[in-house]
Amino acid sequence: MKTVVLIAKELLGLFVDDAFLTAAVLGVVAAAAVMAMFANAASLWVGVVLLVGCICVLGMSVWRAR
Amino acid sequence: MISWASAAPAVTSAFLASLVEVVEAFTIVLAVATIRGWKPALLGTAAGLALLVAIVIVLGPLLDQFPLHALQLTIGILLLLFGLRWLRKAILRSAGIIPLHDETSAFAAETANLKEAEGRRETRLDWLAGLTAFKAVVLEGLEVIFVVIAVGTGHGMLIPASLGALAACVLTLSVGVIVHKPLSRVPENTLKFGVGVMLSAFGVYWTGEGLGVSWPGSDLAIVAFGAIFLAAGLGLTEIVRRPLIEARI
Repeated sequence: MKTVVLIAKELLGLFVDDAFLTAAVLGVVAAAAVMAMFANAASLWVGVVLLVGCICVLGMSVWRAR
Repeated sequence: MISWASAAPAVTSAFLASLVEVVEAFTIVLAVATIRGWKPALLGTAAGLALLVAIVIVLGPLLDQFPLHALQLTIGILLLLFGLRWLRKAILRSAGIIPLHDETSAFAAETANLKEAEGRRETRLDWLAGLTAFKAVVLEGLEVIFVVIAVGTGHGMLIPASLGALAACVLTLSVGVIVHKPLSRVPENTLKFGVGVMLSAFGVYWTGEGLGVSWPGSDLAIVAFGAIFLAAGLGLTEIVRRPLIEARI
């Protein structure tokens, strides 16, 4: 049972390390999804928000850890 | 017919990511073999590989049941979380903010754990050693499976990505058997940096596809995203790099 719990924790740890990074990436994806679904934004702008948003989030996460 | 140009990003990502994970698993299996012999080490490894194969057999066909856009979006988000996490850690290690991963230290720590257990409960030690090898293979193997599925699903690259991962396993085990010690000279952080860059690029691509974005240049956009993430990663490393004197303290 301990091994199963450990594996489950490790699985979660694959995607969640820095809580800020996880939450902010999900926020960027949510913003891009809202643009795509409700704001009638041109497809390419949704992609730009996604790419630039992820790089900004990475930068902020690294900056917080320095 | 799959061209090398379209398969290269998936194969390279799967190969490099698998190389990192297999080296880590090999270190622990070798520690087990050194302390308790190859029998528990190989039994634990075989049991771990059997579980991984079972997971692939059970979960593999389920992927076909998902609508394509939902699958692309889910895998894209998971790749973003996974890839950016690796890239962040590699940047912090390159900048001297957190220590580099050291296979020799990992080997020493695992060996010390097993020796300590040897003193406490001799009769269960083979079982404990086998379980240690099993956990290492399963935990590192799950990451390999995720990367192969994530970079391979969607454009029919599952087999090329699997071959990339298999090549990494064969290479690591061949070198490991020859040198018979932890593979500490593998430039793990550089590999992690590269894999983080590529997985983040795949993550943006697949998440965008899942949201209905039509990327200019189609698959070639992944290469462009990789170049952008690489530039961002190197730039961030320089920005937050600790001065040498401070890092030595």
